[in-house]
Amino acid sequence: MNGIHDMGGMHGFGPIAPEENAGTFHADYEPRMFGLMMAVRSLGLWSIDRNRFTRESLPPADYLTKGYYEQLMEVCVQLLAQHGLISEGERQSGRAASDAKPDVRATTAEAVLPLLTRGGPVDRDVDVPPRFTVGDRVRGRNIHSTGHVRLPRYARGRTGVVDRDYGVFVFADANAHGLGECPQHLYSVRFEAAELWGEQASAGSAVYIDLWDDHLEPA
Amino acid sequence: MDEHSHNHADGQAAPSDPALRVKALESLLVDKGIVDPAAIDAFIEAYEHRIGPRNGARVVARAWVDPDFKRWLMDDATAAIASLGYTGRQGEHMVAVENAAGVHNMVVCTLCSCYPWTVLGLPPVWYKSAPYRSRAVIDPRGVLAEFGVELPDATEIRVWDSTSEMRYLVIPERPAGSEEMSEEDLADLVSRDAMIGTALATLPAAKEPAP
Repeated sequence: MNGIHDMGGMHGFGPIAPEENAGTFHADYEPRMFGLMMAVRSLGLWSIDRNRFTRESLPPADYLTKGYYEQLMEVCVQLLAQHGLISEGERQSGRAASDAKPDVRATTAEAVLPLLTRGGPVDRDVDVPPRFTVGDRVRGRNIHSTGHVRLPRYARGRTGVVDRDYGVFVFADANAHGLGECPQHLYSVRFEAAELWGEQASAGSAVYIDLWDDHLEPA
Repeated sequence: MDEHSHNHADGQAAPSDPALRVKALESLLVDKGIVDPAAIDAFIEAYEHRIGPRNGARVVARAWVDPDFKRWLMDDATAAIASLGYTGRQGEHMVAVENAAGVHNMVVCTLCSCYPWTVLGLPPVWYKSAPYRSRAVIDPRGVLAEFGVELPDATEIRVWDSTSEMRYLVIPERPAGSEEMSEEDLADLVSRDAMIGTALATLPAAKEPAP
């Protein structure tokens, strides 16, 4: 979707506020919110891609003004509701509406480190031929899907060169919408700054973007 | 979907204070058997105490002292980093990009806040913020200047936009004058920002005094 999350190249957000030695969390509620979100995500009920699409779909003003962990909590609540694990009434009251327990097994404390250490790889050992090879000139397709898209707006219609072929990966744009993994080749594509930004380009710079076969066409 | 607080039919309103909301949500999910509060504690503990930029600094220091490891890291970062014990979530697919004379690398996620958790921990606020995400790709020199990094005009800046599940780790240049230092001491020279590409690795004497 052409959402507020797709920020590459936008102006007007002001200076960056570096923080040298800040802790992992800031507000007191942040660690709890993070841990809660991780505990829910560890159930594996929905993909990272679905999670991202849900965050991208937050109202743009909220996306810009609400804290990161607040946004993640809102995403978590929406997806729990979509999966029928909590009702709107429960969400409002903070209390279970009945004694019936959903059919999920909560992640235990002992399972946390093994889960984190294992992660969730999204490369796939399937034989899918690549549409491009390293050195090919490619163009970002001019797509404006209302779904989850990993091709940033600033690269659509722009020409770059395939720098690396990372192999076959789950295609996030399809996976976010339950359309299957559609495994395909993922590349790093180098775009010269002048191609992306014209006269405003930082001299002698380039942007490398990870793009899948379905994002690209020959140029 | 309305995610603002509003009065529900039963007269209950979800609290608007995030601290109260997270408390209410936790108690609901514990009540329903969806989460175990001890697991929440364990997730927090992992990222507050176990997983952070010290991991990445050890990877960089090893690459500086061990040319075989460095070659492995550039060729298959996921495996090389796993050999030091750093694997898993938000680091399943690693790529190391190396700074050298005339080349500087910098990492951003313009669409989200993707970041190599296994080696750097959770991202700083600025990395997730609109100012950095919007400008890193269009004005990398201006962004670097805000971090106090001035590079020669001839230096090529390569910005890596982490749009997939590949996670990028910048290997900064080893500072001149560090030739006699041990691997352990070298790791102290490698800041989180140097591994994102918004700082350089420097000897302590050249560092700004602590605020």
